[in-house]
Amino acid sequence: MSLAQRINRAQRVVPAWPIYLIGFGWMGWLFWLGLNGDLGPEPINALERRYGLLTLQLLVATLVVTPLRTWTNISLIKYRRALGLMAFGFLMAHFLVWALLDLQSLSRIGVEIVRRPYITIGFAAFLLLIPLAVTSNNASIRRLGAQGWRRLHKLTYPAILLGAVHFVWLVKGYPLEPFLYLGAIVALLAIRLVPKRRPAMRAPAGAVTR
Amino acid sequence: MARRWTNDLTQDDVTPRHLWLNRRQIMAGMGGAAALTATGAPAMAQGLEPNTLEQISTYNNYYEFGVGKEDPAAYASALDIDPWTIRVEGMVDRPGDYALADLLSGLQSEERIYRFRCVEAWSMVVPWNGVELADVLDKIGVQSGARYVAFETVVQPENMPGVRSRVIPFPYVEGLRLDEARHPLTLLATGIYGQPMPKQNGAPIRLVVPWKYGFKSIKSIVRITLTDQQPPTTWNRLNSREYGFYSNVNPEVDHPRWSQASERRIGGGLFARRQDTLMFNGYGDQVASLYAGMDLRENY
Repeated sequence: MSLAQRINRAQRVVPAWPIYLIGFGWMGWLFWLGLNGDLGPEPINALERRYGLLTLQLLVATLVVTPLRTWTNISLIKYRRALGLMAFGFLMAHFLVWALLDLQSLSRIGVEIVRRPYITIGFAAFLLLIPLAVTSNNASIRRLGAQGWRRLHKLTYPAILLGAVHFVWLVKGYPLEPFLYLGAIVALLAIRLVPKRRPAMRAPAGAVTR
Repeated sequence: MARRWTNDLTQDDVTPRHLWLNRRQIMAGMGGAAALTATGAPAMAQGLEPNTLEQISTYNNYYEFGVGKEDPAAYASALDIDPWTIRVEGMVDRPGDYALADLLSGLQSEERIYRFRCVEAWSMVVPWNGVELADVLDKIGVQSGARYVAFETVVQPENMPGVRSRVIPFPYVEGLRLDEARHPLTLLATGIYGQPMPKQNGAPIRLVVPWKYGFKSIKSIVRITLTDQQPPTTWNRLNSREYGFYSNVNPEVDHPRWSQASERRIGGGLFARRQDTLMFNGYGDQVASLYAGMDLRENY
């Protein structure tokens, strides 16, 4: 049995729900650390960064699923919804820490979104992902139809790109890390344009909705 | 000296050693009230309760050791500071390579509790020890044509992971106009809380210019040059639109990517309130005259 087959067999028995459990658990744990002074002397900034980075990492994970299936036949699509929703969860936390704990006033929030380009695009990415989070359920797929749902969820591509640019744009100097994320995301988007060889083993038609 | 700065805060205002060593535990145990009332009242009245040594030495920008705020505390122990030699050159009467102790010998040591405002919109209060830069300049003998002082930070690639990954160009360089450098508020600091300067804070000797954004206060100085030309400064060279030569704290002139109108004092925890940033970081009475007639929006 090939590695791909073994992984595909395993994913039938490994459920997706622990992703939510671990995700929200980790989110709460980080907040708890911040509350207790264990994220350094500036916990607000630390939480902002941790939550933002986790958002980007989870979004990258959702981008890996399709090329992985195309090029290796490993199908992790069962976990993509949980990864995407968890990314949105961390994005929400990132936004709330910024708005409530960091800026602390509606007028400041408005001014920052309008006046600072890196915040404008970060906020745009947040807005783009709201309809995707809202429709990440089986009922929405039925209502929109598979085609319409897939078309809507192509919004992840611009949203992830905006998120990566947001990261590159906010740092001082030229540290490597944000550019690595941007590079990885561009590569994962570009690989979708490479003509596909037909996967030897097609996922069953219903896999998307599981 | 006529213009010598008189310090209205004394050793009594510096948090007693047993308190800054244990502030976190005390805060945890007694809700902070005892710790607060135990520190000097005059400093408190000015909103100048110093941050703890732990806070001051674990949240740093020292890109030679990495871009993370915790990187300097993690890696700076590798910095080699003994022996330490400072090259003094340019338009001075007594140029040469000075051992640190020789450069400082005979100078009056100072304790200063200063606000410290980072360009990233956070701030601290730090009880520095050091000497006035003006005294050092007098010692080395500034020649009449000199108009600027340039500084350079040490580069020890084998000890500095950030230098090896070249996040910004090194050596880090900074500079002041001569009248700024001679201002009695301007320090060459060698310690904090009466202790030798922690390496992550720029041991063994660093500049402190309290009315300017923190990046002007260059760390671990190995070269002082007197010149008649405005010297290049690292962040200005990297991004002149965002970082000017002067970089005076100014709540009315925003950094292009964030507001400078308010700041957050380090140490307030997860629910710390923002506070308004003060013009010249609260030192306007002392330094505003240096910039009389200058457009501070142009000369940011």
